[in-house]
Amino acid sequence: MIQTLQQYMQFPFVRYALIVGTLIALCSSLLGVTLVLKRFSFIGDGLSHVAFGAIAIAGVLNISDDMLFVMPFTVFCAILLLRTGRNARVKGDAAIAMISVGALAVGYLLLNLFPTSSNLSGDVCSTLFGSTSILTLTQAEVWLCAVLSLAVVVLFVLFYNKLFAVTFDEDFARAVGTRVEAYNLLIAVVIAVIIVLAMNLVGSLLISALIIFPALSAMRLFKSFRGVTVCAAILSVACAVSGMLISIVGGTPVGSTIVAVDIAVFAVCALIERVRG
Amino acid sequence: MALITCRDLTLGYESHAILEHLSFTVGAGDYLCVVGENGSGKSTLMRTMLGLQKPLSGSIAFGDGMKQNEIGYLPQQTAIQRDFPATVWEIVLSGCQARAGRRFFYGKADKATAAHNLERMGMTGFRNRCYRELSGGQQQRVLLARALCATRKLLLLDEPVSGLDPKVTAEMYGLIEGLNREGVTIVMISHDIAAAVRYATHILHVGGTKTFFGDIGAYRDSAIGRRFIALEGGDEA
Ligand SMILES: Nc1ncnc2c1ncn2[C@@H]1O[C@H](COP(=O)(O)OP(=O)(O)OP(=O)(O)O)[C@@H](O)[C@H]1O
Ligand SMILES: [Mg+2]
Repeated sequence: MIQTLQQYMQFPFVRYALIVGTLIALCSSLLGVTLVLKRFSFIGDGLSHVAFGAIAIAGVLNISDDMLFVMPFTVFCAILLLRTGRNARVKGDAAIAMISVGALAVGYLLLNLFPTSSNLSGDVCSTLFGSTSILTLTQAEVWLCAVLSLAVVVLFVLFYNKLFAVTFDEDFARAVGTRVEAYNLLIAVVIAVIIVLAMNLVGSLLISALIIFPALSAMRLFKSFRGVTVCAAILSVACAVSGMLISIVGGTPVGSTIVAVDIAVFAVCALIERVRG
Repeated sequence: MALITCRDLTLGYESHAILEHLSFTVGAGDYLCVVGENGSGKSTLMRTMLGLQKPLSGSIAFGDGMKQNEIGYLPQQTAIQRDFPATVWEIVLSGCQARAGRRFFYGKADKATAAHNLERMGMTGFRNRCYRELSGGQQQRVLLARALCATRKLLLLDEPVSGLDPKVTAEMYGLIEGLNREGVTIVMISHDIAAAVRYATHILHVGGTKTFFGDIGAYRDSAIGRRFIALEGGDEA
């Protein structure tokens, strides 16, 4: 088995995949803690569908580098969702359901009306479940992913205290003059960026799992915000790496393997919590 | 000049007025109790003073070098979720946000302030405990320590003793009185009229169109005060 791995490691695309996968897992888990605690996870879910729709549109418009289109589009929708979520008159969750399911439907419709390749269901499947796309990354995409991921990590570390304050008690933070709206916007934009990045790794349907599971697992084990954040990051990276290795050796789809490992870890953490009482 | 001067305030939600023509001042060192029935708009008033919502009309002016973001605040119900992982220390330190300003990380001075306020509330031993595993009274102390980190001058407390047993309630009042003696101005919402007339220097009684504002002696003598004190069983009166 070690030999098989060594063999695979000689291919640059496998190394790229591992690097990018690790970085994406790291940033998604960092923001995952905030997302879960702020009850924002539904926004993550909604946005992943939006990103799917955006990819379909990019395909139809024949945009060669679809990241350049998908990224701004998803960020735009993230801001839109955040705004409607604040607006008391429009029910936030209904708006999100509308946008996300709408994007899914329109995306699929567009892919059907303007098929770009003969293997439509294969295309849709890989967009939704990210079956092989992580292995087809170009060097430029790897760089883009790496730079964006590092930017997310740096932002997170710098704003860690503010994020805690805004997540823990928004009203108090606002009362003492913290610019809550700005930080909520930052969170939404960063989530959008992470989701577009993570599409490459696990596909749009499984992104929420990548973001949420490590946070939930860590919350079983630790009782401080810092503990949960650090633990979520470690678990997420470990799950992503082992998931990718398993999928390389076993020939299983990358995204669902990673999520399966995440689920297994969550089960173990829940068990540990039980045993500890 | 007073710390806070409210002139002809009208408060409410989406142009629906709840409180009208409210005028009062809070001077340095005052202990103002805000009393009134459920739903009369006490919390709304406090949120407006904090700048969390805008008054429908009227003005709130800050004086004596006071800024709106220098107020320490203890909310009535914290929307904090039951499963939020956070230690006492992390929460108290988050009270230093305004102090830290544009700095990304808390400095030595911030940490010293947080430790000092934790000590003042007698919670130093709980520093690394998980917030959600504390009792209601301990949680209130933690949030009060957080509020103290945000201010040296003025505390806004929204029903700080609701849900606490008589012993802990008395302790809480003792803590607040001690802070007032140290020079912290207190604005407290309370349904405990007996404690209000005992500790407060001023009373703001809100409710519909009949509002009262004045010092404690005037309140005892006023018609609205006498009725309310008798009604709520204020044995002090
Ligand atoms: N977010 C809101 N939107 C619309 N109306 C609200 C909102 N919050 C409160 N109200 C209304 O404003 C009025 C005053 O509410 P507020 O919470 O200020 O009362 P209160 O005096 O603090 O009551 P209590 O003693 O129960 O805490 C109530 O009639 C309430 O229904
Ligand atoms: Mg209230």
